Amino acid sequence: MTPTLSIDDLRIAFSHRAGSVEAVDRVSLQIAPSECVGIVGESGSGKTQVFMAAMGLLAGNARATGSVRFEGRELLGADRAALNRVRGSKLTMIPQDPMTSLTPHLKIGIQLAEVMVAHLGKTWSDARSSAGRMLERVHVPEPKRRLNQYPHELSGGMRQRVMIAMSLLCEPSLVIADEPTTALDVTIQAQIIELLRAVRGEFGMALALISHDLAVVAGLADRILVMYAGRIVEAAAAGALFRRPRHPYTAELLKCVPSISGPRSARLPTLAGQPPRPGEVLEACPFAPRCSRAAERCRVERPQLGGPAGAQVACHFPVSDD
Amino acid sequence: MIEPLLKVRDLCVDFGANAALRGVNFDLAAGEIVGLVGESGSGKSTLARAILRLLQPVRGSVQFLGQDLLQCSGAALRARRRELQIVFQDPLASLNPRMTVGEAIGEPLQIFEPKLTARARQLQVDAMLERVGLASAMAGRYPHEFSGGQCQRVGIARAMILRPKLLICDEVVSSLDMSIQGQIVNLLIDLQREAAMAVLFISHNLAVVRHLSQRVMVIYLGKLVEIAPCDALFAAPKHPYTRALLAAVPQLPSVIAAPAAPAAPAVPVLPAEPIQQARLMASGCAYRDRCPFVLPLCETTEPPLIEVGTGHWAACHRSQETLIPLSFAS
Repeated sequence: MTPTLSIDDLRIAFSHRAGSVEAVDRVSLQIAPSECVGIVGESGSGKTQVFMAAMGLLAGNARATGSVRFEGRELLGADRAALNRVRGSKLTMIPQDPMTSLTPHLKIGIQLAEVMVAHLGKTWSDARSSAGRMLERVHVPEPKRRLNQYPHELSGGMRQRVMIAMSLLCEPSLVIADEPTTALDVTIQAQIIELLRAVRGEFGMALALISHDLAVVAGLADRILVMYAGRIVEAAAAGALFRRPRHPYTAELLKCVPSISGPRSARLPTLAGQPPRPGEVLEACPFAPRCSRAAERCRVERPQLGGPAGAQVACHFPVSDD
Repeated sequence: MIEPLLKVRDLCVDFGANAALRGVNFDLAAGEIVGLVGESGSGKSTLARAILRLLQPVRGSVQFLGQDLLQCSGAALRARRRELQIVFQDPLASLNPRMTVGEAIGEPLQIFEPKLTARARQLQVDAMLERVGLASAMAGRYPHEFSGGQCQRVGIARAMILRPKLLICDEVVSSLDMSIQGQIVNLLIDLQREAAMAVLFISHNLAVVRHLSQRVMVIYLGKLVEIAPCDALFAAPKHPYTRALLAAVPQLPSVIAAPAAPAAPAVPVLPAEPIQQARLMASGCAYRDRCPFVLPLCETTEPPLIEVGTGHWAACHRSQETLIPLSFAS
């Protein structure tokens, strides 16, 4: 079966006056139809850029090489017309900040209908009633009234529901949700996670869920990819990753999730140090300076992602090998 | 009894016709860390701003060291404000982009200790930068050169440079990566111990609050609905809203599966968003339209905040029932 998304050996570099900075380094991943893959990493790990490349939304000074195939068609280097045939319809995105992603001076109804007019050739009145029905399906109360409202009239949670509705209008094969709950309160976050779970069941699309928070991804993902300094350092089934993290970075990240039960420690567990600055040329393991397990080998030889499919790790001395 | 550092009484703030704070009462002891938890729009930040008098309450008093800040003006208010500092949620937006971080951290000193020589000020700024985990050599850099976590350290340094007696932290870790949140929380814990200052730590995430607070206050639509010692709140939350907040915290599967976890009563995801302020009814409990435990009484009578355990207060008609089912998720 053709994977919905297949990324091979993707590299993304940003050129600056001072030279070029590599943000994504040889990332390969696949997302199967209906699969939910969580992509976890810190700010600057490259997790968003990988999917920006897929959407053809990289900044002007970016150069991407490798391959990004969506339902078998190459997107990397595709022209605008080819990209526009899929993005916004079959390949959609739910952004982190719903306020800045909606156009402030257009009513919700117009913004939703526009998608279907452009991609499905619907008439405006047809598209508008479909938009209302979609709002209902994502549990926006009083959907008819919402169509006539402007984004600022909605709460953050409601706006995110509108964005989710928009991502679903053309029955997408893959929805990319980039930190969809980070800007929201915990209670609204829980609602949005529930909603994503429900629409996955209802629409059967694949979902790429990008987050810095493992606990958010935990509730939804079938499989989790952990990114660090532009590379995938661990790829595993969600259950296995939580039970038995293999990369020391994953293990440390798991410890950082504050708990609401169990003993209350005097200090929160933290990850010491900072991730490497983008552009630092490293022939070593990028995590070595922060890693308690690092040995000489880690400082001279970069570990490659390896292991059986479904349980890959890029570490010379993975956890749980002892 | 020792006089508390801060005594807030019957504090009310209106925004036009909307009541943002509706009679808030609490004490804060010197050197105490108190968490304040609630959703967006619950009045957390409004409370912080009202305490600092960055906005004008319509009623009530804010006694700080025995003096009512709401009655102070001019020089007296200014003198008090040096002991009350705040760190904001967005670390980058709260720093002047055209000031070096050294200037930003030194500015409060310039205002409150104008006699200090530039050299002496610089020494204090350098020491404070080091104290918050940044190199003093960074003093000449601008905010945009720093990461979010580093900017937040600058914000903390700027607030701490005057050695305040009360530090208000308004969602200071919400915009940071999980791995950085712990670093900032630990820094605050250390600074609070060293300086013996009180901290009001505002957050929507109970899991973070739990790790540093001695007491926790829960606010809902402008009213405190539960106040409790931290451990008591997590072991036996008395207000249904507190439980809903607890249930909303995303947890790792290992934690969810642990049968011994006592603090996470299964409450379904809060079904709706809080009712609009404008629709806030004159009578009855403000939480009733989201509450799974609602009684006819809740429609007519607003529950008062009553003591249900030692230092544990809750504003719920059913707070003293032990029979409320803790698990009805299935």
